[in-house]
Amino acid sequence: MDALKRYFRSPAAVVGLVLLLIVVAMAVSAGWIYPREPLALAGRPLIWPFSNPRFLLGTDNSGRDIAAQIFYGARISLLIGGVATAIAIAIGVLIGAFAGFYGGWVDNVLMRITEAFQTLPNFVLLLVLVAVFGSTLTTVTIAVGVVSWPAPARLTRAEFLSLRNREFVQAGRTLGMRDIQLILGEILPNALPPVIVYASVVMAVAILLESALAFLRLSDPNVASWGNLIGLGRDVLRVQWYVSAIPGIAILLTVLAVSLVGQGLNDALNPRLKAR
Amino acid sequence: MRILRLAGRRLAASIPTLFLILIGIFLLLQFAPGDTVDAMMAQMGGGDAATARELRHFYGLDLSIPLQLGNYLWRLVRLDLGFSSIYGKPVASVILERLPPTLLLMTASLSFAFFFGLLFGVIAARGVNKWPDTLISIAGLIFYATPSFWFGLMAIVVFSIYLQWLPAGGFEDIGAVQTGLWRTIDIARHLVLPTLTLGLIFLAIYLRIMRASMLEVLNLDFVRTARAKGLDETRVVTRHVLRNALLPMVTLIGLQAGTMLGGSVVVESVFSLPGLGRLAYESVVQRDLNTLLGIVFVSALLVIIVNFAVDLIYARLDPRIVAEG
Amino acid sequence: MSELSGAILTLEGLSVRLPPGADRPHALSGVSLSIAANEILCVVGESGSGKSMMASTIMQLLPNGVNIDGGRVMFEGRDLAKASATEMRHVRGAGIAMIFQEPMTALNPLRTIGDQIGEMFSIHTDLSRAAIRAKVLALLEDVRIPDPKAAARAFPHELSGGQRQRAMIAMALALDPKVLIADEPTTALDVTTQAQILALIRDLQQRKKTAVLFITHDFGVVAEIADRVAVMQHGSIVEQGIAASVLNAPQHPYTRQLIAAVPPLTSPPPRSLSDDIILSIDDVSKTYRTGGFLGRGARVTRAVKNVSLKLPRGATLGIVGESGSGKSTLARCLVRLIDPDAGAIVLEGKDWAKMAREDVRRETRHIQMVFQDPFGSLNPRRKAAELVAQGPIVHGTPRAKALADAKELFALVGLDPSASDRFPHEFSGGQRQRIGLARALALRPEVLVADEAVSALDVSVQAQVLQLLAGLRQRLGLSIVFITHDLRVAAQICDLVAVMKDGEVVEQGLAGDVFGRPQHPYTRALLDSIPGGAFARQHEAPSLAR
Repeated sequence: MDALKRYFRSPAAVVGLVLLLIVVAMAVSAGWIYPREPLALAGRPLIWPFSNPRFLLGTDNSGRDIAAQIFYGARISLLIGGVATAIAIAIGVLIGAFAGFYGGWVDNVLMRITEAFQTLPNFVLLLVLVAVFGSTLTTVTIAVGVVSWPAPARLTRAEFLSLRNREFVQAGRTLGMRDIQLILGEILPNALPPVIVYASVVMAVAILLESALAFLRLSDPNVASWGNLIGLGRDVLRVQWYVSAIPGIAILLTVLAVSLVGQGLNDALNPRLKAR
Repeated sequence: MRILRLAGRRLAASIPTLFLILIGIFLLLQFAPGDTVDAMMAQMGGGDAATARELRHFYGLDLSIPLQLGNYLWRLVRLDLGFSSIYGKPVASVILERLPPTLLLMTASLSFAFFFGLLFGVIAARGVNKWPDTLISIAGLIFYATPSFWFGLMAIVVFSIYLQWLPAGGFEDIGAVQTGLWRTIDIARHLVLPTLTLGLIFLAIYLRIMRASMLEVLNLDFVRTARAKGLDETRVVTRHVLRNALLPMVTLIGLQAGTMLGGSVVVESVFSLPGLGRLAYESVVQRDLNTLLGIVFVSALLVIIVNFAVDLIYARLDPRIVAEG
Repeated sequence: MSELSGAILTLEGLSVRLPPGADRPHALSGVSLSIAANEILCVVGESGSGKSMMASTIMQLLPNGVNIDGGRVMFEGRDLAKASATEMRHVRGAGIAMIFQEPMTALNPLRTIGDQIGEMFSIHTDLSRAAIRAKVLALLEDVRIPDPKAAARAFPHELSGGQRQRAMIAMALALDPKVLIADEPTTALDVTTQAQILALIRDLQQRKKTAVLFITHDFGVVAEIADRVAVMQHGSIVEQGIAASVLNAPQHPYTRQLIAAVPPLTSPPPRSLSDDIILSIDDVSKTYRTGGFLGRGARVTRAVKNVSLKLPRGATLGIVGESGSGKSTLARCLVRLIDPDAGAIVLEGKDWAKMAREDVRRETRHIQMVFQDPFGSLNPRRKAAELVAQGPIVHGTPRAKALADAKELFALVGLDPSASDRFPHEFSGGQRQRIGLARALALRPEVLVADEAVSALDVSVQAQVLQLLAGLRQRLGLSIVFITHDLRVAAQICDLVAVMKDGEVVEQGLAGDVFGRPQHPYTRALLDSIPGGAFARQHEAPSLAR
């Protein structure tokens, strides 16, 4: 597949992929490398990184192993990022497809709803959802997904609007195809690639949103997440700033990896735009 | 004049959206465990069921939901946002107190992000795929991936704790009472780090969009015409490319208005700024649902106003919009 | 190549290299030609011949990765290929000016016309603002644009296509350049507008004694305005000389092929037509309402006004008109892609226009459409055989049988059946139109609607597809509705012709009558506008096999 070859020709895309694989590896291997419960007390509090061979990245305010929390935190970030993105894309594609294909009052109503979601700042909506439904992992994931669907919806709608007037779709209609056959068989396969690439942006934002919630102590406190750790480290920022610094770097690298992979995919699938 | 009519039409179309938001959030909040009265009782240190019933009746919380909704919307039209049980003041006055810092922060961040995003986007596009472009693009990617609250904390560590150049939080020095120019400078000093923090992600976004927009416009036919007329490259960029490339950027301001408000929640929390964002956080934690609703209303209103302004500017820049009517 | 005395611009052995991965190594190989003052040299070629690349090379506006690797471009004693950027900037606009094909995109949409024309003066001269304004007005009057003052203040989207092109010409000729390069300036315009612009260019050229390098793919244009001709194929010049001799006595086989492909205007003798009317269009209307706020201030466009036509069985009805005439809207009403507001469309005895959606889906097998855009009319993600088999599969044919039938249809339209396993992007434009034709024929319709089916093809490919259509009409007993803006094409294949303007049919009848003895003034204007009409009328082409 020359799309694959094109992907690997870009050094940035390769770096992104490697980083992402490292994060995935951390998430998968967390159970073997750090078999104990990551939020259990492991040693003296506030040990500096690289000073004690047992705690490579030191310990936090309560004496928990930071390195363990980083590894387990990878699971949380990837999980929330992945599931929330899936939810957002699913809702967004559904709404965007119907709005773009049918136009008229269907489009009007659906776009009003989309606009309502976009006019309200997404973090404020997230706060409201958390206030109402609580802060467990499940509710936070669903909330992040619910907050993120408008952008994929608009993108899908734009694709459908442009594709529905293309002659091959009109040809399908003259051949006697039903609307649903046109939507699923003719338009969707052509509309999906940019949306799939956009999923990387959605995932990046989802990870950032959840970590912001966790920092504000509004996410699930019973899991080892990077955002939680940063929030914890705020109390000891003056001296032991590493408690906040380390998980932040983890978030940065993960989001960077996701963005690079997304960009690499975009360039690989759209070779005409290589002039960029 | 036609521009105003056009933008006005779009504005009028946002009113139903505003109502949709308010009704939606109001209904959503009905599902919240506990209501204003529970929060008040918690504040008062407990009370009996009779007091609770009286309070509920006083605030109209024992009516049916459609009636409550109707009451709420009716009060809203008269700009009465209700009473905050936590602060003991009308919600409207609480919000008005907290509005200026947020507005100041958002304006500063937007200006910072827009200006530098434009500048670096143009530089990157002019030297596309050479080292300035690569450097700027990588920096943009890293800024985009940086969690804003983490950047804020690290900035505090570097600039406030180690270098001691800038204050670590707050809006102004509470101790010293200053006026006029000194006060302005003091506030400005307090806002440097928050502005940078909030503006960083948007800087990355504007940079990327400006670069892509420039590259796209540079490929358009009329740029070839301009070169065929004998224009040198700098004038081609300033007289033909720039204005056309700015259009997506202007649209983006409107689209990102909501995200920026959301970002201010986090930044204000990190820097302890007495703004609207932190008020939203506090209302959630303290279960002050009236205030939360008020903030939702004001946020949506702000976004709509910003979009209205953006529509005006865009129509001014692009004559084709008015023609399409 | 010896320099002709008085030659203003000379290309000597010019070669332009393309980046690796292009379909040939050189865009231009060893191109030599020259233009003298006060003459129009037409460069003719089909797409991919390199003619546009030549124009870009002269102006030194080549895209990235494309470079000159041999030869010289001599202008005013200097080799432009070696000129510095500053020197080149002085030459562009003042010495050599250029006009492009698409006036809409070639002008900056955010600046006024007067502004953009005035820029020519502010770059190359130091006249005052008032002086520039006066000059701009004078130029706009020169190109006979209606209401020059208003035009100068207007934005590009506020003018029509023809007016925009006039503005571009005004801009190009502002500084009285020695050479004007015109890259297909009339291709995107209506026939009547085309004729006006051609006349304008000829007139201005004679008055200012400019040398004009006119690039086109249409030999009719050559016949209309050229003094000398150069024919290009695959990056080299295969023949050049004085227009009259090349047109009447072409030497190179490719030139002969190109000239032969230009359809003549004399229609073949009429065939006998059946009495049985298979498709009857009665008083069909379609009106669009757009914009408006709460019903006020809406723009009402009557796209189709009370059109009545009849198509006899086995005949071909041509509907000709320019853009905005309503012919495309009518075509889409015929296949119910658009629902007509009034009137009846009777096909095989059933009124098609008022049928419910469900029935339409079932009955659509009787009337099928071939579309204009060979690139957009095929789903890029499906294989060719699937595309052709889609129709029968939707109507219940088992998949295996439908695919087998598809292969047969491939042979019928002149394609290799084994190629049916490939994707659309692996076929050429002409081949894609054949696939579209096969797809339309898969449901064995009685009526075929061809909506500008050959308009996007090169002239030689056009002729082949028209031949194919004529052959199929004979073999399958098809009745065809042929929509086109090109009268020459209509004259070749249509038995009956209807001319549309602004939604109405202004004239209809047998092809020979409409083209030979046009009644309506619009029809006459259309016929007169055809470039090289006189040449086409005297030139005998083999009539399409009946």
